[in-house]
Amino acid sequence: MFAVLLEQTADGQRYIDWLVSGLGWTLALAFFGWWIAFAVGIVVGIGRTVQNRAVAALARLYVEIFRNIPVLVQMFLWYFVLPEILPASLGNAIKQIPPPWGSFFPALVCLGLYTAARIAEQVRAGIEALPKGQVEAASALGLSGYPTYRYVIVPQALRLIIPSLTSEVMGIYKNTSVALTIGLMELTAQARQISEATFQTFTAFGAATLVYLALALIAYQGMALIDRAVRIPGTSPADDAVKPGATHAIQPLDSLPDAMEVVK
Amino acid sequence: MVGLVLGTCLALVQHFEVPVLGKLVRGYVALMRSIPLILVLFWFFFLVPIVLGHLGGSGRPVPIGATWTAFITFGLFEAAYYSEIIRVGLRAVNRGQFEACQALALSTFDTYRAVILPQVLRVASPIILSQTIILFQDTSLVYVLSLTDLLGAASKLAQLNGRLVEMYLVIAVVYLAISSAASQCVASLRKRYAIAGLRR
Repeated sequence: MFAVLLEQTADGQRYIDWLVSGLGWTLALAFFGWWIAFAVGIVVGIGRTVQNRAVAALARLYVEIFRNIPVLVQMFLWYFVLPEILPASLGNAIKQIPPPWGSFFPALVCLGLYTAARIAEQVRAGIEALPKGQVEAASALGLSGYPTYRYVIVPQALRLIIPSLTSEVMGIYKNTSVALTIGLMELTAQARQISEATFQTFTAFGAATLVYLALALIAYQGMALIDRAVRIPGTSPADDAVKPGATHAIQPLDSLPDAMEVVK
Repeated sequence: MVGLVLGTCLALVQHFEVPVLGKLVRGYVALMRSIPLILVLFWFFFLVPIVLGHLGGSGRPVPIGATWTAFITFGLFEAAYYSEIIRVGLRAVNRGQFEACQALALSTFDTYRAVILPQVLRVASPIILSQTIILFQDTSLVYVLSLTDLLGAASKLAQLNGRLVEMYLVIAVVYLAISSAASQCVASLRKRYAIAGLRR
């Protein structure tokens, strides 16, 4: 059924090469986008919890804007609108970037900043879920603002939100498919191209679906691995061991922080 | 709406651990959650006509049009997400509630309709509503099927009169306004409709 993927295309490659190149773009976008998102997300998330009103308001504004505009619209804003509103020379320089990169960079920035807003909400929820005593203990030890966050708050909050970060990881690689609208030939776009070239719709989309499934599995397992690796000994799983049954079966919905929406 | 009803059914199937169906549903939810919406849209756009053709016995694809594709896709796709939410909600309901219903000799149907599901929906409502806001944003993706939604209309207009920048900025502002207004409503609803006395 997948034999058609090995056939020659018009440009001398095989169809499967198209898929592989699409996969490459998808992965590159998701990987680099993730690091942008992670870095910006942590900074903004911390920004939402600090005492300083102005900083908190700025961080909130960032989150509201980037979370409430659909990715597709943001993609268009970065790709079509940004070069127009920049000064002419800079805008033209952006438009001159050769084809794959010309749509790769806007997509990267877009996905990175969009996911950052979501991560920021998770980080904030994680920080707010920490007991107040942590901050108080830190200030009792004479730590000032920065070391408190650096050594006490953030390490704990990040460990707390790893499960919801998993869904963000899966979210960002799924959102890479939106980049096809600005002409980046990533996995979904390649699958569509193959389907148009061969009329083997089922094969083309089936292959893409399998690849996405595999990616989801890898992302999930990878995050579970990280979760186990960085877990502080004596935290959550041990609690389950002490009081098995009841607490394990009933997972209170309230324990999900506000920001923890299901991601697609 | 279709998604919500279907999602609730899916969640119940999983909750009752119906032998084969439960596994199937879990597979369906996992599949839907791990592939991008755009790919699902393409799947339905190209495949549903073919499947319908086979079912109709004519063997020829029955074109259903982009609008129906969008409705069907969103219904089925969102069902997977809602079912996850409801499933978590079902697990959050106290065991005692089920036992109390048994003590009152309610039938299984009545138990779920009158006691369990109302509680689940209330507990899960903030998440359901924010999922709905996301759904609202995702409707912009039907653009890939060249359906003229808000964004599609704007992009057509933009190509007609060349005022790309203004068009896309307006769209962004419209989405921003609607979504953030909706999130504010969710936040205040959540405060108002908490079950009195239930620790949150």
